[in-house]
Amino acid sequence: MPKRTDINKILIVGAGPIVIGQACEFDYSGAQACKSLKDEGYKIVLINSNPATIMTDPELADQTYIEPITKEFVEKIIEIEKPDALLPTMGGQTALNVSMELFNNRILEKHGVKMIGANPTAIELAEDRQKFKDAMNEIGLSCPKSYVVNTIEESKRVKNELNLPLVIRPSFTLGGTGGGVAYDDEGFIDLCNRGLNASPTNQILIEKSVSGWKEFEMEVVRDNKDNCIIVCSIENVDPMGVHTGDSITVAPSLTLTDKEYQILRNASIKVLRKIGVDTGGSNVQFAINPEDGEINVIEMNPRVSRSSALASKATGFPIAKIAAKLAVGYTLDELENDITTTTPASFEPTIDYVVTKIPRFTFEKFVGANSDLTTSMKSVGEAMSIGRSFNESIQKGFNSLEYGLTGFDNPKLRSNDKNTILSELKIQSSQRLLVVGEALRIGLSVDEINKITKYDKWFLYQIKRIIDFEEILKDKGLKKEIILYAKKIGYSDSKISSILNIKENELREFRNNSDINPVFRLVDTCAGEFSSKTPYLYSTYDWDFENTKFCEANPTSKDKVIILGGGPNRIGQGIEFDYCCVHAVYALKEKGIETIMINCNPETVSTDYDTADRLYFEPLSAESVIEIYNKEKSNGNVLGVLVQFGGQTPLKIAKEIEEAGIKVIGTSTEAIDLAEDRDRFSEILMKLKIAQPKNAFANTVSQTLEKAKEIGYPVLVRPSYVLGGRAMQIAYDKDNLESFSNEALEVSSNNVILIDEYLENAKEIDVDIIRDKNGEIFVAGIMEHIEEAGIHSGDSACSLPPYSVSKETQNKIIEWVSKIANEINVIGLMNTQLAIKDKKIYVLEVNPRASRTVPFVAKSKGIPIAKIAAKVMVGENLNSILNDYKINELKNFNVKESVFPFNKFDGVDLILGPEMKSTGEVMGIDETFLSSYIKSQIACGNILPSKGTVFISIDNDNKKFIIEIAQKLKELDFNLLATKGTAEYLNSNNIKTKIVNKVKEGNPHVVDSLINNEIQLVINTTKTQSSIRDSYSIRRTSLMYNIPYYTTIAGAKVAVDAIEHMKTQEFTIKSLQTIN
Amino acid sequence: MEVLKKEPHIHNKTAALVLENGEILWGYGLGEKKAAVGELCFNTSQTGYQEALSDPSYTKQIITFTFPHIGIVGTNQEDQESKKIYADGCVVNQPLSEYSNWRAENDLNSYFLKNKIPCIFGIDTRYLTKKLSAEGAKKAAIIHFGEDENKIEKIKTQINEWKGLQNLDLAGIVSTEQNYNWKKGIWKSHKSIKSQFKYNVTCLDFGIKNNILRNLNEFNLNPTVLNLFSSYEEIIETNPSGIFLSNGPGDPYATGSKIVDVIKKLIDDNIPIFGICLGHQILGLALNAKTKKMFQGHRGSNHPVKNLETGIVEITSQNHGFEVDRDSFGIDIIETHVSLFDGTNEGLRHKHLPVFSVQYHPEASPGPHDSHYLFEEFYKLIEQNAKKN
Repeated sequence: MPKRTDINKILIVGAGPIVIGQACEFDYSGAQACKSLKDEGYKIVLINSNPATIMTDPELADQTYIEPITKEFVEKIIEIEKPDALLPTMGGQTALNVSMELFNNRILEKHGVKMIGANPTAIELAEDRQKFKDAMNEIGLSCPKSYVVNTIEESKRVKNELNLPLVIRPSFTLGGTGGGVAYDDEGFIDLCNRGLNASPTNQILIEKSVSGWKEFEMEVVRDNKDNCIIVCSIENVDPMGVHTGDSITVAPSLTLTDKEYQILRNASIKVLRKIGVDTGGSNVQFAINPEDGEINVIEMNPRVSRSSALASKATGFPIAKIAAKLAVGYTLDELENDITTTTPASFEPTIDYVVTKIPRFTFEKFVGANSDLTTSMKSVGEAMSIGRSFNESIQKGFNSLEYGLTGFDNPKLRSNDKNTILSELKIQSSQRLLVVGEALRIGLSVDEINKITKYDKWFLYQIKRIIDFEEILKDKGLKKEIILYAKKIGYSDSKISSILNIKENELREFRNNSDINPVFRLVDTCAGEFSSKTPYLYSTYDWDFENTKFCEANPTSKDKVIILGGGPNRIGQGIEFDYCCVHAVYALKEKGIETIMINCNPETVSTDYDTADRLYFEPLSAESVIEIYNKEKSNGNVLGVLVQFGGQTPLKIAKEIEEAGIKVIGTSTEAIDLAEDRDRFSEILMKLKIAQPKNAFANTVSQTLEKAKEIGYPVLVRPSYVLGGRAMQIAYDKDNLESFSNEALEVSSNNVILIDEYLENAKEIDVDIIRDKNGEIFVAGIMEHIEEAGIHSGDSACSLPPYSVSKETQNKIIEWVSKIANEINVIGLMNTQLAIKDKKIYVLEVNPRASRTVPFVAKSKGIPIAKIAAKVMVGENLNSILNDYKINELKNFNVKESVFPFNKFDGVDLILGPEMKSTGEVMGIDETFLSSYIKSQIACGNILPSKGTVFISIDNDNKKFIIEIAQKLKELDFNLLATKGTAEYLNSNNIKTKIVNKVKEGNPHVVDSLINNEIQLVINTTKTQSSIRDSYSIRRTSLMYNIPYYTTIAGAKVAVDAIEHMKTQEFTIKSLQTIN
Repeated sequence: MEVLKKEPHIHNKTAALVLENGEILWGYGLGEKKAAVGELCFNTSQTGYQEALSDPSYTKQIITFTFPHIGIVGTNQEDQESKKIYADGCVVNQPLSEYSNWRAENDLNSYFLKNKIPCIFGIDTRYLTKKLSAEGAKKAAIIHFGEDENKIEKIKTQINEWKGLQNLDLAGIVSTEQNYNWKKGIWKSHKSIKSQFKYNVTCLDFGIKNNILRNLNEFNLNPTVLNLFSSYEEIIETNPSGIFLSNGPGDPYATGSKIVDVIKKLIDDNIPIFGICLGHQILGLALNAKTKKMFQGHRGSNHPVKNLETGIVEITSQNHGFEVDRDSFGIDIIETHVSLFDGTNEGLRHKHLPVFSVQYHPEASPGPHDSHYLFEEFYKLIEQNAKKN
């Protein structure tokens, strides 16, 4: 059937900020949907609150709204735009939930908007756990026995019937938030309580546990003629019990016979038909009992998902793009397979390699977090790897994770005696597969390990093959055949060289001399049956000395640039960098330079096969970059490598690849180093007469204490060379400092601790500039942080333009920043962080590369600054590029706010500090600073109250600052509640405040009030360790009960101003296209 | 298990794959130490190696599995599609390791040994596949060296002397000698196979797969399998309500020329006939169409076929190197199915008579079950026909 002509304008709903369970895969799917539907001639209206997305680039839609994804805002946009249809399946759970709200409130009906891609009945049936189970039973499929309950009493009854262990799944939450497996009574009650709270409908499902069963996922696509295809089957290496987002998975499924596989295939198609997913992609999850093959359906998602992004990258089949076209009426046989361009989209991809996905965790960022894996997702990103064997694939996967792993390395264990290992094997931790490796090393058998872990024996045999080879390698040493074999089973150069105790470049030289280099193979959707046109490549050592060395890379004779991506998402290294990489690609393409992308993150737009001219899906290690470079330069001219767009990942290897003779384009690695080197950097600032906080470095704890005394407390301490402020802390006294320095020394790679004067209550400023080779400078944006200096810049809210910094100070800042850029000869982007205290300016940090704020600045100004920077880096003049753009005075305020994953980590404190903790960001745009700020708060789910009670608890140093805030709250008719000290202070200043007990003072205390819904806003600052401990439960409870809370004076002040502002102001809603 | 010595396969190639152009690919031997000559083809299925190996249609062929890990789930009795391995040998990329599956009974290498076929692993199967898809199917030989390692020249001669599959009647060789009746439904079927079937179906065995018989049972048909050279009278003696023409190996013309007269008579008798694969080609020949060798055959489990009468796309299992030439169709023949990969004919039916056939494998095994409905259609056709008479 050709496309629908009864619709003309389509509203696409994005996924909002990056959170655990919903990462940049939805930018990938949303961008595909926008592009493909626009190509079909539809008018596209887009809403997404996340500025760091490619989909919100103004070119991708006709009207782009960066607004909170709530029913109210979407309705306003519907009123403005009057779309004919709404596509809810591209923006994850967020889009699905808001679309259902719009439907249930008859808003779609009122405005005559049709839902396409999925219908409300189907969504309801798939999302409501009880209805889903009933539906499955009707088509003869079993589900684990379960009951849906709404109260604790009902839960207990269910427990008595089904018996522990039981799985608790809250309805309508993302990534299993609030759920888990209960093994004992206490844990059960706790999980049920949490789950009931986490569910927007206060509903949980209690389910018989099938922990230990094998887990499979099927990615299904269906069209309106009922053609169904399975794009990919995915097998979880981790058995049931670990959230699939946290599981190591492989594609295709490996341990099923054809008969079993076809049963899953039939069942998943049956599920789609029953649920009523008429068009588009869905995934269906199954559990299989390894003893007898009994199959249970676990769940299905009636939309594109994280696994559909993975399946797309794993097979080359663009699920989101096809799903979007099916949603407007096409059928599969009418669409073309993009990769081969000779076969239709109505086929099932078949592959001749093994894909591994390994999740990336950041437990080190969240002190106190329980790092055991459960049914609630905790990973923040993932890496995907491709190899011709499982062995090659999984070792490349470990290599891609950016943990510093070189392959099947030793796990971090207290000791490696048998008992420790046996007990570690029982724990579903993020390093469990490495523990399995260790268990094999000390001689445990596959059967023993299988019994404890339930990992399928086949995977264990393959891991054994890898582990056993360590000894052979040690024994036989540097021999041609041995090294090739090691490479075949996925050993990285760094792994081999550490086993052989030689330098990595010695090994590289040996390999080059022996002609041991990888070949590259195509991801072609068809296992080589047809010729394919798309250069989507991976490396493998699937060749040997006696036979033809077959390589499919076929480099072109063009001028080309290699762009290094950002690797797996983690905190401090998110979608912003992928956005920058994609823009670098666009810029170079415009200049007619061939673009070559290297990346290993399957969630991204940069790894879409039609982003760069050529895509290598590979770990971002020096080894793989050098091999790809050598291959590419065998034909044509490689102008160099761009390392400045992918964040810390490519920078880490910049020196090494430069030493291997590869040109780094733009700002030199020398300059990048200079900015990181405190001593040399201080010298430069001194020379330029630019102020910075007093600082020093130390190598030992005692030295640290000495230096801190010289500088004066409070001080900021951190290890050098780490990402996202890892282990960075503020110490107010000697005791503090001592414990922090120990920790810092532990994570520092070179045993250096940096100590800085901490500027208390200073204003922080971020500046992004672009400089070209002639020294022309363009100030892209000056941002004022809302939280004070000392909170990691990635965690602060900020405003562009600044809302309280004078023009004069801004000019001074520009002058300083320009001086620095000139001095270190930046070519491309540079980000500078500064502090203002008592009208004095200090430079805190300089990063001569793309920063996290680049997409936000680009969206605020309507100028693609990453693109401009990339052009400058390959030699263009800034002025001539800027001529193409209208650079207007800003008519709006743009506020960025950060989004945190605290709800995923039990036991973790919510206090912000110099170590970054946020996973994502949202943007609010409006005419006044406060309106923009309020939008940013709504967009991250922080709904400010307009009346009620505010709880205040302030540390002594900050008490003087709370008066003004408290007074304003009183004027706004709020009741105030405070702990004794704060209450007395406020009452003595004539601000009437009621007293409530601290938790340690006994019931009824403040946490009781929070739970009883008696508090609508929390303002809580802390400084000493003991006050932090005391108030921990206040912050945690506020989080669990969705009560807005502020932990800084600066944040609280703006929030209260915003509450006042809300009483009188209306929002203005405009698309990016009409703003700029 | 012999292949699982602790020392990995690093030195000493123990087998070779010799192509008709003289190219030699060195690898490691599996299965019987001997040589085998056949047509080299590739199969892109990710599952179902045992079903493929035991499919009689692969007689005189060497299968290159494009998926690198073969043997993961071992082998078992239930997954046999016939009584033995019919393929001449197979080419595998990765070494075999221990298997793992709750239904597994034995490992793949033992299965090769038991069936006395030579196989080879450590071959760059992607290279081979790209070569076959660009240059077309090739004659080749696997040599798994025994004592005599100097067989290569001899084998090259053997390859040259062998004339290939064209004009080869292999169905005649693999067809059953003894007629038999089949009673066993499809795997994990919820249906209990009734002792009383409604209609008899007589299957002419060109190399029939067990799953065809299981599917006929599933639709309450009572199959009796006959040697393909059975006479018209012998066939009629079985009192068939329907005739089934099975899949099988070799050149359809070579086999067909010997039996089309019998088939023509059955068509004239107005008996419902259903053909699959070689059966489709032979039915085509009996309806005066022509068959020809394809440049590159269809072998895999992901082939999209469009049903021209419903517009629905089926994902099908395929295994054929010959096709029915649609340009030779008479006016009474309707093309019912077409390959979306290359546009070749995948199905036909007669305008007035109750006969139809498909080129692909609706019985799957290995492969998707999208086309099981054809067995039901066959049943309905038989039923309608029975009512008419």
